[in-house]
This record gives sequence, C-alpha cells and structure tokens, in this order.
Amino acid sequence: MKTNRLLAWVAIAIGVVYFIVPLIGTFEFSLRMRRGEYSFDAYQSVFSDMQFRATFGYSMLMAFFTIIFGILLVVPTAYWVRLRLPQIRPVVEFITLLPLVIPAIVIVFGYLRLYNSSSFIPLTNSTSGTNALLMLSYITLSLPYMYRAIDTAMRSIDVATLTEAAESLGARWPTIMFRCIFPNVMSGVLSGAFITFAIVMGEFTMAALLNRPAFGPYLQLVGANKAYEPSALAIIAFAITWLSMGLLQLVSRLQKTAPRKA
Amino acid sequence: MTFLTLSKIQKSFGAVQVVRDFDMTIEKGEFVSFLGPSGCGKTTVLRMIAGFESPSGGEISIDGRSQANLKPNQRNIGMVFQAYALFPNMNVAENVAFGLKVAGKPKAEIDARVNEMLGLIKLDHLADRYPYQMSGGQQQRVALARALAPKPQVLLLDEPLSALDAKIRVSLREEIRMIQQQLGITTVFVTHDQEEALSISDRIVVMNGGRADQIGSPFEIYNRPATRFVASFVGTLNLIEAKVIDPAANRIAIGDQAITLREPLGAVKAGDTVSLALRPEAGSIAEGAKGDTALTGKVVSSNFLGSVIRTRMKVGDAVISFDMFNAPGLSPPAVGETVTLRFTASDLLIIRE
Amino acid sequence: MNTANLIDRRKIVDWLGIAPFMIFAFMFLILPTLYLVTGAFFNPAGEFTFKNIADLAHPTILSAYWISIKVSVASSLGGAVIGFMLAWAVVLGGLPSWIRSGLLTFSGVASNFAGVPLAFAFIATLGRTGLVTLLLREWFGFNLYGTGFNLLSFLGLTITYMFFQIPLMVLILTPALDGLKKEWREASEILGASTWQYWRMIGLPILWPSLMGTTLLLFANAFGAIATAYALTGSSLNIVPILLYAQIRGDVLHNPNLGYALALGMIVITGLSNVLYIWLRSRAERWQK
Repeated sequence: MKTNRLLAWVAIAIGVVYFIVPLIGTFEFSLRMRRGEYSFDAYQSVFSDMQFRATFGYSMLMAFFTIIFGILLVVPTAYWVRLRLPQIRPVVEFITLLPLVIPAIVIVFGYLRLYNSSSFIPLTNSTSGTNALLMLSYITLSLPYMYRAIDTAMRSIDVATLTEAAESLGARWPTIMFRCIFPNVMSGVLSGAFITFAIVMGEFTMAALLNRPAFGPYLQLVGANKAYEPSALAIIAFAITWLSMGLLQLVSRLQKTAPRKA
Repeated sequence: MTFLTLSKIQKSFGAVQVVRDFDMTIEKGEFVSFLGPSGCGKTTVLRMIAGFESPSGGEISIDGRSQANLKPNQRNIGMVFQAYALFPNMNVAENVAFGLKVAGKPKAEIDARVNEMLGLIKLDHLADRYPYQMSGGQQQRVALARALAPKPQVLLLDEPLSALDAKIRVSLREEIRMIQQQLGITTVFVTHDQEEALSISDRIVVMNGGRADQIGSPFEIYNRPATRFVASFVGTLNLIEAKVIDPAANRIAIGDQAITLREPLGAVKAGDTVSLALRPEAGSIAEGAKGDTALTGKVVSSNFLGSVIRTRMKVGDAVISFDMFNAPGLSPPAVGETVTLRFTASDLLIIRE
Repeated sequence: MNTANLIDRRKIVDWLGIAPFMIFAFMFLILPTLYLVTGAFFNPAGEFTFKNIADLAHPTILSAYWISIKVSVASSLGGAVIGFMLAWAVVLGGLPSWIRSGLLTFSGVASNFAGVPLAFAFIATLGRTGLVTLLLREWFGFNLYGTGFNLLSFLGLTITYMFFQIPLMVLILTPALDGLKKEWREASEILGASTWQYWRMIGLPILWPSLMGTTLLLFANAFGAIATAYALTGSSLNIVPILLYAQIRGDVLHNPNLGYALALGMIVITGLSNVLYIWLRSRAERWQK
C-alpha cells in the first residue's frame, strides 16, 4: 500500500511536470516582448490588433450558430431514436463516430469538390454560402461529442414515459420537444455546447481551406509572422478552453444526473 | 480441537472503534455464523481473518499459527463475497481453476480438481459459461467452488446469500451447509438474517456494537437470549415491562395481574421495573386458565399469516403477541374479545442487560 | 382505413423523424468521403484507373505516410502508457481526492487544447529560445539542440501531440478503472495471487477493450491532426495531412485525383485501425454482454 502511494505520487509528479512546464514556458515567453524585463506588451499588442477582434468575433458567432443548429439537429434525432427507432441506434451511433475516424482535412477536401462553384449546390460561390458550409463542417466535427453528451442525458430520463405523460395532458409535438425534452436534457445539451465552443474557437483546417477569417487561421498567421504574440495568444486560447471546460464541469456538477459513461 | 482462535481483537478506523474485545475459539470443522445488524463489526472481523484488515490489537491464529504477518495471499483461506465477485473475463472452469493456477499446480491436477469441484456444486454442464450468462445463484455456487478448489484451511462467507431471491437463498444455504459438512471445512459465515444463521450454524455469535453479545448454539441463542439485544434481534419476541412486587418471592405484576416467576429476580427492589421476554409461539389460548402461567387481556388485532394466526392482546400497558397454528375449523379471536393466554413458566424469561 | 395502412403510415412517420439527420450525414459526411474515394480511381478525364493509387508509391508520399504513422503510433502508445499511469494513480493509488478531480478537470481542458495554440506553447517551451531550452543551457550547461533534438522532428512532434493524447486517455480510462471491482482484487488475493498475477490475469484483460479502443482512437486522432504540425513547422515537415493540405491549396502534385488517392490512403489507414479495434474488441469481449 505504501509503495503504491509512492508510485502514484511519482506518476502524478511526472504528469504535472509534463503539463505545467509548457504552460509556464509559454507564459514566460509571452512576457519577454520588452527587452530586459517582463511586460504584458505582447497581450497589449494582441488585443489592439483589429484582426484579432474581427476573427475572434467571427469565430464566436460561428460557434454560436454551430451550437444552435447542432442542438436542433441532434436533440430531436437522439429523442426519436430512443422513442421510435431503437433498432437503428447502432447505425446512428456509428455515423456520429465517423468524424473521429475520417480526418477533418479529408472531409473538407470532399466539401471543396462537392460544393464548389461548378457543382449542383454551389455553396462556395457566395460568402454566406461558404459561411453556412463552414458551420455545417463544424457541426460535423462536434457531432461525436454533441450526440454522446445529449444521448447520455437522455438515458437518465425515461423519454417514452415523459412523452406519454405530455401527450395524455394534450401537449402537441413542439410543446413536448421544447417544454419537456429540452429542459430535461439541458445538462447534456450544455456539455455538448461547451465542447463545441472549444472545438470551433480553435479549429484551423476547415476555416483555412474554406478561406474564412476565423480565429484558427489568424493564430496560424500570427505564428508565422510574429515572435511573442503567439505565446500570448496561446495563453488566451488556453484560458478560453479552460473557461468552457470549467463551465462544463460546473453544469454537470450542478445538474447531478446519472453517472456518465465514457 | 481449537482451530481458529481470535483473542482480544480490537479494530479502530480513525477514532471509531468498530470491534472491541472480540474473543472466540472455533473448532475444526465447525460452522460458525456471525449474526448482527449492519455496522455491528461482523464483516470487519471476517476481513481481519482474511487479512484484508489488520487488527489494531489482539491476535488471530489458525491451526496454532499466528496470522499477524501473513498477507491475504499467504493465508490459504477461501472466501465468498456478497457480490459474487467472479472474474468476468474467465469462464466457470477458469474461475474455479484460478487459485490452483496461481499456485503453479500442474495442469492435470488442476483439471481434475476443477471437475471435482464442478461436480460438487452440480454445475458440470456450465463449465464454459461466462459469469454474465448465469443467474446469481449459479454464480454464487461457482464462487463457492472457486473458494474451495485450493483446499483452504478456513472458508469465509461474507453475506453470500443476501443478493439472491428468497427461494434460491433457502436452497443454496442448505447446499452450502451440506458441502461444508461433506468436506468438514471450518467455516465462518457472516449474515444479518437470523433465520439463515439459525438454520445452518453449529454456533452463532450475535454481534452488537463491535462486541459479541452472545455465543451459543442456535437453540441456546433462540431460546435463552442473554441480552435484550439478542432477544429482540433473533426471532420475534414480546418484551414485557413488569413491576416488581416482592423481590424475595420473585413476584411481579404485568398490568394488574401478579405472577410468580420461576427464575430468581436477583438484586431488585419492590417498585423496580424488569423486562420479561416471551416468544409468540410459546403460548396458547386456554379459557379459564389461571395462576402463574396465564395472562388475560383484550385482543387488539388478529392477523392471518398463512400457517399461523398472530394475535395481539393488551395486558395493562403491555401488548403481547402470540401465534396459533392455523387449522380448519379454528375460529380466530375477534378484536375486543377477552382471552386468556397460557404458557410454560420456563418460557417467561428475565432479560438482563 | 384498415390496420395495414395505419402501420405503414406510422412506419413512414418513424423514419421521417430521423430524415433530417440522415440527410445531413449523407450530404456532409458520407457523400464527400465517397466522392474522394471514388475519385481516387479515376483520372481527370473521367476514366477508371489505378494510376493514382500506384502514384502513391512516390518516395515523398511514402515517407510522408511513414512519418505520419510513426508519429501517430508513438504518440498514441506514449499517451496510452502515461495516461494509464495517471488514471491508475488517481483511482487506485490512494491519493487525496482533490488530486483526482484536479487531474480530470485539467484533462478535460488539455484534451481540447490542441491545434495552433499547442504548437505555440511548445515552441515557447522547447523551441530554440524556449524556456526549457534556455534553462537547460543556463543551469546545467546542456545544449538541447546540440544533441540533434529538433521540435520540428519526429520526436518533437510526438512530444507535442502527447499533450492532448495523454489527457484523452486519462478521461476515458478513469471510469474504466473505477469499474474494476474491489472484490475482484480481493478474491484474487485470497486465492493466493500476487499483485502482478492479478493485473496480468484479471485487471488488464478486463481493461483491455477500453485501453485498446482508446489507443486506436488516439492513433486516428494524431493521424488526422494537421493544425499543430502546420503551425509548428509550416509545410517543412512532410506528414500526410500537411501534404494533402498543400495539395488542396496549391495542387503541388499537379493532379487533383492524386489528392483523392492521398485522402483515400488516410481513410484506409484510420479505417483499418478501426476494423482492427472492432476485431480485437470482439475477441476481448467474448465474456461480455
């Protein structure tokens, strides 16, 4: 038992060093902009950059729409599969896991060929069309996480009974969906939303190849051209991820649902 | 011949003492049950015998050998857990073979022993099944075979039946007892179910608050409970408060009915309250009975329980239950009726703390 | 209306319910993939050919696949081993519980901290003027880059990728380790097994499906990752996703259909890793429901 605990501490120590050192290194680097002393100049430079604000805002907006449409797509589907089509569950689950198997760059490559200006749905012809395509690609990327989170939340409520109860009280479909199902799977919806947010804010491949001014490509651009700002941006990005994951933890802890399976 | 000795065992978790001054000796081949409510320390004592916990004080020895410095895997003890605890990744035969395999026994010997064990629990035909494919009762029989396969010196059973259905519980406990007697293996059985303990044990230890309240045969435990706790925990029992009238003459009163007890009252004085115990099955209705072995009261309820009819009557402030065997043509007493209960003098016990 | 009709109508409604999802999946997941897969077998003129596949044998492309596979295998195995150690430490190591919740929260963050910022962090740490590089030189007089180490190499990329691989492993394995019942450990112990025998015969076989599944997930994760590598190395490091990226952007291979073949290769490799996973799992899970 004693040796166990010692080994455990050693393992944790290795983990802490591996994970904390790069963060300290990045933070230290981000403070080095002014010669000979530490300063927050790099952060100032980042925040005063118009492009930072523009791309950050664009990605936030993208994340927002991705989350909304993603939820509208996933919640009814997960609900319907549980209620009416349990036999098709494996198929749906398989599809939702595909984005983990097919690399993002392959998917976007396909989009570029399928939805270019000469195709039958020329989405890339217009800015709004490309934006929509980017959002759809984000929904695809977040599908594994979103579906899992929501389906897990649905497992903890008895969908069928809830629906029957609502129907017997005379509720119509929209009422059932938005007044009964959504509030009960809110914890799952929120966890899915926060993960989606983290994914969209940092995503590079899709936005870069679709030529949209998102935060990911901007980061890459800064990285290629500046010295200290990238570190500051990495710290900011880490803070954003931490924030969304922190909120996720908070939500799942507040809404103590059934234990989540990995 | 003393085989397993527990002397002055103490166990504390932090500031909480869960076992105190636990003393007992178990004979070779004996079947002993630790009976008590949850939290009474019975499982802790068992886990100390197994070596999963070490006593804060006292000593455990098996066959004259102190177990103090032996790890669980050096003790040669068999154990069956409450939650089956079969290894899910192994089939029945592999589970049973496990103890022999880690002991490095030759394959032929392992196979022979596994077959023998499966025959013992009558599950030869399920050797290839995995635990998830079996019922709880079957799993627990495999767990028993697994524990017995390496020929342990002591068998420990930690509430092995409590997760099972009522019917299987009864048949399996009989099977366990039969196998135990067949092999003559020294066995400690932990349970909170008094019927279980009464039905299969050579001796029972009734535990309460980390102590052994009483150690005795099922017959003694049931009929001669030593403490109020044992009396109330084992079986159904009427606990009757009585007022002492004349300590020298052993005379007491229940309500306004005076009775002379056969047992000496001991150091009490007139006006004191004593507790008396009477089993519901000890009495029967006898109209007109009088004297020191009869009580008269008013029926407050009468419940038909199948084989018996349990009637409750009020005598003074005391409510006394008694059972009558069901028989066709019997007319159960009606509520409000006055009845007289007759019992044998030796059935009315004085309970001392 | 007769009953047969009713049943049919109900069935149609049932299937209509998941139509939006199915259409979405078909248009934005399956069709694009199929398009590339079939495209790999045609030349620009639209004729069927195996030439694109044969062209993958080009040394540049082969070495790109080789490095990609090496980095993915190394980072997933490294992530699996270290992730397992950490999960073991918090579940069975007898550590205070705040360490467990701390590690899990951090893992949630770090597993999502990938892409471009991760590259920045490692440049700032292990780059030529990174903190660790400087400290090693100043404190110990050790010249990291003098040993031939390069962040833009196989080793550098592996170390960087492990930053998100390890947490992912921790997140999936922690509940799996929680699922190991204390009674199994005790039952094996009382039957005479040593700690090592317990892990070899019971603990690891039970964990095997999740351990292996996660490792293969990590493999696919690393194999398709591009942002980190691209930000770290520009297009100087020759790995498959970067090659494909360059091909999409500028058609450096002067043959779009070769790009399809490149994509097909990626799908085949991640697909194979999944087939392998499913196969191994079906073997390992014979004893499960």
